Amino acid sequence: MQHTSTQDTLVGLFVASGVVGLFFLALQVSNLSSFVEEDSYTITARFENSGGLKIKSPVSAAGVKIGKVSAISFDPKTYESVVQMNINARYNTIPDDTTASIFTAGLLGEQYVNLEPGGSDVFLKNDGKIEITQSAIILEKAIGQFLFKSAEEKK
Amino acid sequence: MIQFLQYLGESTRTSFTKLGRGTYFLLQTVSGILSVLPRPRLLLTQMYSVGVMSFLIITISGLFVGMVLGLQGYYTLSDFGAEETLGVMVAASLVRELGPVVSALLFAGRAGSALTAEIGLMKATEQLSGMEMMAVDPIKRIMTPRFLAGLMSMPLLAALFSAVGIIGGQIIGSGLLGVDEGAYWSQMQASIDFRDDIINGVIKSIVFGFVTSWIALFEGYDAIPTSEGVSRATTRTVVNSAFSILGLDFILTTLMFGDD
Repeated sequence: MQHTSTQDTLVGLFVASGVVGLFFLALQVSNLSSFVEEDSYTITARFENSGGLKIKSPVSAAGVKIGKVSAISFDPKTYESVVQMNINARYNTIPDDTTASIFTAGLLGEQYVNLEPGGSDVFLKNDGKIEITQSAIILEKAIGQFLFKSAEEKK
Repeated sequence: MIQFLQYLGESTRTSFTKLGRGTYFLLQTVSGILSVLPRPRLLLTQMYSVGVMSFLIITISGLFVGMVLGLQGYYTLSDFGAEETLGVMVAASLVRELGPVVSALLFAGRAGSALTAEIGLMKATEQLSGMEMMAVDPIKRIMTPRFLAGLMSMPLLAALFSAVGIIGGQIIGSGLLGVDEGAYWSQMQASIDFRDDIINGVIKSIVFGFVTSWIALFEGYDAIPTSEGVSRATTRTVVNSAFSILGLDFILTTLMFGDD
């Protein structure tokens, strides 16, 4: 096969379009663009039960996503679930008496951490702790309680 | 009975011998990389015949696969009132599975078979032994550039396939069936992860490129130097590549996406 400059051009075009395809996947299709975001700081909250919360679950305040869950571990001493969250550094005015609760988006949607700011003037810093928490509502438990209650009432 | 046992033992032995020769061949090919790098011309010519020539079939198939996914996904999802997640469905299935796998299958059919036939014919017409006579190592001169070209083209082709497919799904989904275009892209961006989905898809396609090029080159190199032998080797390339691609895909999927 002869080397021609047309061939070079075509190979160049091929490689360029492949790279463009990769960039397209990275930027347009995946969450890379929202992932490269600025610095964040970490806060932790202890829940009695973190339910179906997962790493990368969103953390939101007033319905706006401000961070994500970075780690979940079990504390063998207090038998609590320790949830670590990365909060976007832009939102650095979260009061230290904020309530963290685990909600479910929709009836069967994924679970997320909702932060409800309190009225304190002291803001949470890196490695700060949220003291007031509300556990996940376990659907099976709630249904069980409801059935039990209605059976009691019938007696 | 004895004959059957003999046949069984014989075929097991030959297949292991072949695997051994194949591995030896692979090592020789890979060790030739250093001597190819100073001569990028060789690589470029092969990139042309392996990559550029597969470009059209890959993009057109990608477009149609994406369009079919958009159509089928829409009908299934609209039963649950979840048309908005069409983008996620199309993108996840393309990036994770269909992109690497289908483009590798097409690549094996388009480029792999051509490689086997080319090398098989070189062997049949004694070009390879001619090179050896001139003290040119045919593995370094012929095999390594083709192997590298396959290895480099495959991820690019798979990325193109996925990208074109996602656009195809969008054309059908929001152009024809009325899924909101913003929802199509934003839902997709929310659920497709760069590391978990896209990088894993690229890793898959590199593995497939490696295996397909290896099989294609070795089958050509190992072909019986007659016209019948070359035609058999070409068939074996396509069949074995398809098997290995699908089998490896299963293993890679279990490793990559197993724990969630």
